[in-house]
Amino acid sequence: MKVLMKGNEALSEAAIRAGATLYFGYPITPQNEVGEYMSRRLPTIPGGAYIQAETEVASINMVYGAVSTGRRAMTSSSSPGISLMMEGISYLAGAELPAVVVSIMRGGPGLGNINPEQADYFQATKGGGHGSYRMIVLAPASVQEMTDLTVLAFDLADKYRNPVMVIADGNLGQMMEPVELKDSYPNNYDHSAWALTGAKGRKGHTITSIYLDADEMEDYIHKLYRKYGEIERVETRHEEFLTQDADVVIVAYGIVSRVVRSAVELLRAEGIKAGMVRPITLWPYPKAVLRKLAETATFFLACEMSMGQMVEDVQLSVEGRRPVYFYGRSGGNVPTPAEVVAAVRQRM
Amino acid sequence: MQKVFERPKSLNDRPFHYCPGCGHGIVHRMIAEAIDELGLQDRTVFISPVGCSVFAYWYFETDNVQAAHGRAPAVGTGIKRANPDSIVISYQGDGDLASSGTAEIIHAAARGENFTVIFINNAIYGMTGGQMAPTTLVGQATSTSPYGRDPKFAGYPIHVSEMLATLKAPRYIERTSLNNVANLTRTKRAIKKALDMQNKGEGFTFVEVLAPCPTNWGLDPNESIDWMESNLIPEYPLGVYRDVKTAEVKS
Repeated sequence: MKVLMKGNEALSEAAIRAGATLYFGYPITPQNEVGEYMSRRLPTIPGGAYIQAETEVASINMVYGAVSTGRRAMTSSSSPGISLMMEGISYLAGAELPAVVVSIMRGGPGLGNINPEQADYFQATKGGGHGSYRMIVLAPASVQEMTDLTVLAFDLADKYRNPVMVIADGNLGQMMEPVELKDSYPNNYDHSAWALTGAKGRKGHTITSIYLDADEMEDYIHKLYRKYGEIERVETRHEEFLTQDADVVIVAYGIVSRVVRSAVELLRAEGIKAGMVRPITLWPYPKAVLRKLAETATFFLACEMSMGQMVEDVQLSVEGRRPVYFYGRSGGNVPTPAEVVAAVRQRM
Repeated sequence: MQKVFERPKSLNDRPFHYCPGCGHGIVHRMIAEAIDELGLQDRTVFISPVGCSVFAYWYFETDNVQAAHGRAPAVGTGIKRANPDSIVISYQGDGDLASSGTAEIIHAAARGENFTVIFINNAIYGMTGGQMAPTTLVGQATSTSPYGRDPKFAGYPIHVSEMLATLKAPRYIERTSLNNVANLTRTKRAIKKALDMQNKGEGFTFVEVLAPCPTNWGLDPNESIDWMESNLIPEYPLGVYRDVKTAEVKS
């Protein structure tokens, strides 16, 4: 049965039904519905806990502690708050802990504003925190996907013992759409080999990310990167729309992909063979798909609510074979289909 | 033949990496003894901080986790809320707890998190090489206060036990010292009392231990004890700062 839900509330309910009954967070617009929803629901669930942390720094470290016990836990925030979590995300990656972070992007830099943007792409996909690590980044484009990809985020986190970010913008967090939720989602990963549950009848477990010796540290980083390589091979996800015969390939993720879908239809009506690639995983990025399309397409256009961040991954994927253009809006402005059509026509 | 002294079960057979005269090894042993005496070994999760005791997990035969600088009380909150049956020990130095981690310690205490914090105060940064700490005494020379801590520029030492004692939720706060046998005994008793209270679910417990750091004080171990008695203890008076019955905390 479909119900009408706000994106932020839908992802919260999905997380709970996936067994994530521990939530730690700090208020920030435009994601406050997540914490408010969790504060209503979790105290009524056996074993559930909600804490309004003192800072986002504390939130992510509470998640670090909670997931160390082998249970599912999450936090959420928006751009300035996500900046504060970067240290903790690096530690989660370094200690190989499964955790889910929801990022509902707003305008920036600095305090910016509370309007939707996609300007935290670099922060999410290119590090953000310190050191050699990767975080899996999932980008929903609808309220339904806010739930589906949140559930997937917990599965991938558990499967790879790695932090996973669900990244959306203020639009997706605030908008209401019909959504279908299952009563529950599987949560049966066995973490008994490493979880901190007390050394009863076994040797103590240790969770750490410090390796003083250069060779030991390098070996550990290589081990992490073998895992990241496996994630790139197995977990890259994307959607294509009318790309088979496309001369013009527009690349967009999240809410912008819905605008671009309309633009592609308008262009097709004008006889311009346009298509769209929508990355669903921002890391790993669907490089191979774009590289293949570079053999047949005339040019690419990356469309974002930023001054151009994902466009660099499009360029890296296309490897100079075809021109890659960019069209973006900032400050909370959402590109219209007409603007995207004009941006394509300008390059024809 | 009767064995009258042995290594606690909760401490493994590995020589401490600490400097001669350092307080960490002594407190590690006391914690392990208290865990054994209370029968808590198979439920304990020990949190190592950032600082000289970053490798405390080398020594404890329990579950262990290493936390980011200052964040141990937040990590402890996550562990305890996820598994209330565990015994959580957050072990932190004065740079970690009283500087980088002020927000985390104050709010864990204010929430009355049911875990135990062991706070090692030696008035200096150890691992990074003897820099000024928030707990450094006025006039104390360190590698970043080479002319002595000057209150005009660097303010005054932070008294963490006194600050936390202004909060309503903490169950037990005591400051002890490692300067003589009587105070060692008091320290062990305080640690055991704190863990016992946690085991009984009574709330937030905090033991501040004044400890010597001969290496970074530039003194030998005996001189360090003298310096503690003539300088450190007068600045940080020993004693129980809070010990309330659970019922009073709830009222």
